[in-house]
Amino acid sequence: MHTKILLFFLFITFTISAKQIEVCSNCTIKTIKEAIEIAEDGDEIYLKKGIYKENNIIINKSISLIGEEGAVIDGEDAGGIIIFEADNFTIRNLKIINVGMSYTIDYAAIKVIKATNFTIEDCILENVFFGLLIEKSKKGIIRNNSISGTRKSEASSGNGIHIWDGSEMEVYNNELYGLRDGIYFEFVKKSVVFENTSRENIRYGLHFMFSNNNIYHHNIFRNNGAGVAVMFSKFITMHNNIFELNWGSASYGLLLKEIYDAEIYDNLFQENTIGINGEGCTRINYTNNTFLRNGWAIKIAGACYTNIFVNNDFMHNSLDLSYNTKIHDNKFDNNYWSEYTGYDLDNDGIGDVPYRPVKLFSYVVNQTPEALVLLRSLFVDIINFSEKVSPVFTPDNLMDSNPLMKKNNDSI
Amino acid sequence: MIQFNNIHKRFGKLTVLDGLDLDIKKGGIFAVLGPNGSGKTTLIKCLLGMVIPNKGDIRFEGKSVLKKWEYRDNLNYLPQIANFPPNLSVIELINMVKNLRPKNSNEEELIQLFGLKSFLNKKLGNLSGGTKQKVNIVLTFMFDSDLIILDEPTTGLDPIALIHLKELIQKEKDNGKTILITTHIMSVVEELADEIVFLLDGKIYFKGSIDALKKQTDNENLEHAIANLISKQYA
Amino acid sequence: MLKILKYSFYDLMRSRWSYVYFIFYLILGFVLLFLNNDVNKAVITLMNIIIVLTPLIGTIFGVMYYYNSREFTELLLAQPINRKKIFMGQYLGISISLTLSLVLGLGIPFLLYGLLKSAAIFNFSLLLIVGAFLNFIFVALSYNIALSTENKIKGFGYAILMWLFLAVIYDGIFLISLVIFNDYPLDKFSLIATMLNPIDLSRILILLKLDISALLGYTGAVFRKFFGTGFGMLVSMSILIFWVIIPVFRINQKLKKKDF
Repeated sequence: MHTKILLFFLFITFTISAKQIEVCSNCTIKTIKEAIEIAEDGDEIYLKKGIYKENNIIINKSISLIGEEGAVIDGEDAGGIIIFEADNFTIRNLKIINVGMSYTIDYAAIKVIKATNFTIEDCILENVFFGLLIEKSKKGIIRNNSISGTRKSEASSGNGIHIWDGSEMEVYNNELYGLRDGIYFEFVKKSVVFENTSRENIRYGLHFMFSNNNIYHHNIFRNNGAGVAVMFSKFITMHNNIFELNWGSASYGLLLKEIYDAEIYDNLFQENTIGINGEGCTRINYTNNTFLRNGWAIKIAGACYTNIFVNNDFMHNSLDLSYNTKIHDNKFDNNYWSEYTGYDLDNDGIGDVPYRPVKLFSYVVNQTPEALVLLRSLFVDIINFSEKVSPVFTPDNLMDSNPLMKKNNDSI
Repeated sequence: MIQFNNIHKRFGKLTVLDGLDLDIKKGGIFAVLGPNGSGKTTLIKCLLGMVIPNKGDIRFEGKSVLKKWEYRDNLNYLPQIANFPPNLSVIELINMVKNLRPKNSNEEELIQLFGLKSFLNKKLGNLSGGTKQKVNIVLTFMFDSDLIILDEPTTGLDPIALIHLKELIQKEKDNGKTILITTHIMSVVEELADEIVFLLDGKIYFKGSIDALKKQTDNENLEHAIANLISKQYA
Repeated sequence: MLKILKYSFYDLMRSRWSYVYFIFYLILGFVLLFLNNDVNKAVITLMNIIIVLTPLIGTIFGVMYYYNSREFTELLLAQPINRKKIFMGQYLGISISLTLSLVLGLGIPFLLYGLLKSAAIFNFSLLLIVGAFLNFIFVALSYNIALSTENKIKGFGYAILMWLFLAVIYDGIFLISLVIFNDYPLDKFSLIATMLNPIDLSRILILLKLDISALLGYTGAVFRKFFGTGFGMLVSMSILIFWVIIPVFRINQKLKKKDF
């Protein structure tokens, strides 16, 4: 008898889990909230084409929420739209628009709380405050989404993908624009971010805070306040990314602040105001990166120890390196510098005289930013030359003793 | 034909022309003489519009010349120093001046006269001083104008060229032209000039025929007569 | 005026120095492009050369031509031509022939290199435009000096001094005053100081293309407004035009009272 009841319940469960609930204006179930009301764990809610003007949809069941082409959820700027508080769920192919803005509550198109094993894919989120806001969750996959906002100021805008306290996340192939931060990680570990495009965001394309052991690669960060900011984090690997056209008075391709033990390789930094800005960075390896036509390729502002720059290409940057301290504990070796004017008599591919990447002028500009208008003036060349001959203001041991005669990467 | 009325000209503190009045009638050769620095060249340059007087008026054929340039179409000027663009050839220069001055010209005859034919295609930079002066003379005499101004025309010329030049001047005079010459060569003056204009201290000190000058200074030799005039400056 | 222009131009185009100047640029262009094979780097090096050298050559050619053709100018002055036209003709003759040396000298190697295919075409044309402007400006400035100075040696000295001042000393004073008055808002000052020197102005015009990312790193609002938009380009260009017009105007004013 006992087993019979158990079997019956299993049967019930099975049939229910296979259940698909269709929602549309002509269906029996007309709203998402109704559908959720009757849904059980394992069910699929299928939104047929149409506009659903709903918000604050709270879901605490392990279900799939899937949209037909043309299914749109319009939050009408009223507040958050979907709030998931369950494990094992999927959201696919939804278009969610018009998330409300608030200075006190973080409204999001999709908010996920304490979830494990979930997937959010193929969604288009437009005119959002926060796009995806994920808290205390792990093992989530976020892919193939497009998230955008239209906010003008930092205070009135939210982040595209905001993860707070998470681990083992995979974020890939998303497009993020018009937001505060494209992707924001706070207390996130063991996660990967790849093949995303993050552009025209007010603050950062990608932002790490207190997040250790993460990798990001093959992303494109274009025209953001700063491409990527990595702060107070350890063991971050960054490779094969493109940081470009991040222009402005506080604009960087990559901002590093209080970080330790990072690997930065095979990246391209192109036409940023500052390629990499480092403050308090320790034990970081920069290898095989290309710095092309940036204002400053690298700006080091204090307390940076054991940064090793090997085999990078520094090409046509207005200033290669700016250093605001005289203390120097970083190593430059075997880099290619397009400004290098030395010779290679023994023909081993390595210049016979060292290259000094810090010029007196970059020291002056550090003190007096307005002096920048004199960039490339003959007078500046003269003082640079005299400083090169006998360093007074710049650290005299700061040099690349083995500058390469040919660049490492031929791709550009 | 030419009237200078109360012309004043100062270069810095140096007064060169000081209320000068001069009237030159049409026809004849006028020699403008005077010691070094007496203002001969300045006077001529005022007439040519190259030097602008501080005060006074200059009339040419009845019209004021100040701030004008069209009147120069009816006068020819031989400058003191012949220096031309070194990379142009003689013929190019002649054509250029002709081009600048669309007026009938008889350069062929003059080239023949001064034997410049073989130099026509040479660059001006490669010519000797005398040859340049010949080119200079050709440029001056090739146009038919009522007034001809010659500033030290004899510089650097060989005797034959000098003879040709004198003949040329004489011929132009016979055609009824007015000719102004400045020179230090008294034989030229004696030979050619109908009237002498003597400048001193920025004024006309003497104006009249050679005979009148000789009479006034009581001196039969022109050179001495002139020296006599000049010595008054030092007195 | 056109006739005078034609002959001055013709005369200069046959002068040895025009050829030397032309060949210098020709060799420079070939060396930069074919030994280096990097158009961007070539453009930067060229900029450094052009903003220093064209003013120098313009200055020297200007004073030299003026003093050397003084007697010939007198001959012209006795012709029935307006003074203004004589000098404007000469001025344009020098400026155009120098510009031609520059444009052909650099243009030929760049064309052979296949510039038209390269993205550097805009930067390169900007370089040539700025170079041309500098020729016109510095020939005009040197003519001003020559017209005001009877003594050839003195005139030459003043002209070189002017070049040295604008090319080097000015920037030195500029930089030092920036450093000294560090505590004050300086962006208006530095913008104006840049405008007052045609070499600095030309440099900024080129920087707007080459180093825009660095220039935007500067915080001052006036600065950013200026550099961040096409407005900056427009203003710089118009001021450059003023830098031609004003000295030329002064030449004409000077001519009205000048005795030869």
